Amino acid sequence: MNKIYQVSSGDFANAGKVSSALKGTLKQLNLDPKDIKRIIVALYEAEVNVVAHSYGGEIECLIDPQVITIIVSDTGPGIPDLKLAMTEGFSTASEEVREMGFGAGMGLINIKNNCDEMSIDTAKDNPTIIKLVFNIAKGDNDA
Amino acid sequence: MMRDETFFHSLTVKENICQGCTHCMKVCPTEAIRITGGKARINYERCVDCGQCMDVCPHSAIIIEQNDLNQIYSYQYRVALIPSVLIGQFEDEISEQQIIGALGEVGFTHIYYSEFGVDILRTLGANISVYADQNPVVSSYCPASVRLIQIRYPNLLPNVNLVRTPAQITALYVRSYLESLGANSKEVGIFYITPCAAKYAQIKTPGSATSGLIQGGLNLDYIFNLIKKQLSSTGKKERLSKLKIEIPPVTKGAFLWSLTKGESSLMQGRTLSVDELHNVIEFLELLEDERSKNFDFLELRACATGCSGGILTPRNRFLATERMKHHAAKLPNDLPQNLKDEIMKTGQHLIRNIKYNRVKPINSLQLDVNTSEAIKKMEKASRIEDVLPGIDCGLCGSPTCKALAEDIVRGLASIRRCLVLKVKDPGGLNHLARIWGEAVGKELNDAPVVTPKEEV
Repeated sequence: MNKIYQVSSGDFANAGKVSSALKGTLKQLNLDPKDIKRIIVALYEAEVNVVAHSYGGEIECLIDPQVITIIVSDTGPGIPDLKLAMTEGFSTASEEVREMGFGAGMGLINIKNNCDEMSIDTAKDNPTIIKLVFNIAKGDNDA
Repeated sequence: MMRDETFFHSLTVKENICQGCTHCMKVCPTEAIRITGGKARINYERCVDCGQCMDVCPHSAIIIEQNDLNQIYSYQYRVALIPSVLIGQFEDEISEQQIIGALGEVGFTHIYYSEFGVDILRTLGANISVYADQNPVVSSYCPASVRLIQIRYPNLLPNVNLVRTPAQITALYVRSYLESLGANSKEVGIFYITPCAAKYAQIKTPGSATSGLIQGGLNLDYIFNLIKKQLSSTGKKERLSKLKIEIPPVTKGAFLWSLTKGESSLMQGRTLSVDELHNVIEFLELLEDERSKNFDFLELRACATGCSGGILTPRNRFLATERMKHHAAKLPNDLPQNLKDEIMKTGQHLIRNIKYNRVKPINSLQLDVNTSEAIKKMEKASRIEDVLPGIDCGLCGSPTCKALAEDIVRGLASIRRCLVLKVKDPGGLNHLARIWGEAVGKELNDAPVVTPKEEV
């Protein structure tokens, strides 16, 4: 099963709507609540990144019994120095964004810590595509 | 699958009165109600006993079962635990003395405010102790809110305060106090006058926090009527106000505990109070996503204005709240020393029993216990939803088109229930029903999860 959600650039008022929608879906699938939590925490960070730093994009969620894959793709402007962006506390967020409580420089680290695999495809003036893989602990086991 | 067989629910639909009008189904915050066979049916695995269905029913077909008053007479010591909101139900002309006196006339031998437990807690320790495995601590005072967490937010169960509620602590204290005076525990019957469905359900659930501590519950509106009757009989009103009765002790803070902010205002650190179930749901979503972490204590109440808005309170919640505040203004800030000494005598016993066991999660939202099956059902439900009109009229007996789609994949309903499709395209509906199943005759509450039907 896959679900696709659109994310608009700069729409902080609605940042978090995608993760909330997916959370509702995952709760109906009898997953371990701990898995749901880490998926939502990671997705929320990724969603805010698209809102805060990109020109907008979409989030695709592929839901399989053993694994959940989330692909977050935006339309640019890309991350010029990925290594720097992965540094704890580093943030390119504007003052305006920080005032709204975002941009602490923990986003990508937080995403990485909550998923099982993360890959980022990006370059300056290019789209950024982040792929997150979550192995679902309980899988098909009956509760 | 974990079935919640032991949980007692107090809300009951009287089938002979129910018209199947859908008011209750539309208002239910957890989508626990369906209309089948022209009657409302409550899915008790989803119900949190908030009582909104009862409030909105135009035919008074939803009721709360209560213990029979006669049951109290089988005890020698008949203790009434009254919530302070009881005082708020009466006009200023009726005094606390008269209310307490009337309860004595009804047959209670001992009367305590259930919120007296707050004073007991404050006597046992400098601050009101709370205990949880995760921060922020979420109040366990409102059983409907706790039940909501149990069903929808299992990740937050470790946040729920494990210290017993004031009514339970009062019950613990009263029992040991009476025993210290020579009473046999079996002769002590403690009855809670409940302002809502959720608290009654909590008392009645075996193994729950209050089970055994409290012998029964009586509905506040029923007790209100008994008191009113006493007060309206000739000469009794005057006699009651002259009667030498002991007014149950309670401090100002404790008396206001059950109102919104009553609890949080007595807690340490940063606190927040949220009332009304839909607000509680909205807030728990945020808390679950860890987007609001900077709090020490959260007070969550299912009813607007707190317990003065309880479903069984006859008087307007704002007037009741005002009377309570007016009354509290005259109450002391602290208990008298001799009473504190009396409480400390049973201090060790109280402290040993001050916590209760954590409640376990109940998963009733899932489409299937098996994740692959649940995914298949969700895909199917999504295809069904695409066909449905999307106007959420509720005529099918499910609260929304999405809910009907899910009921169909659970095997609990047929798409034939959709009257809009039936009018628009009866032939097409036949076709769809053949594809998606005819499921009939099954009730939501006896078959929440069923084996999937083969798809054609």
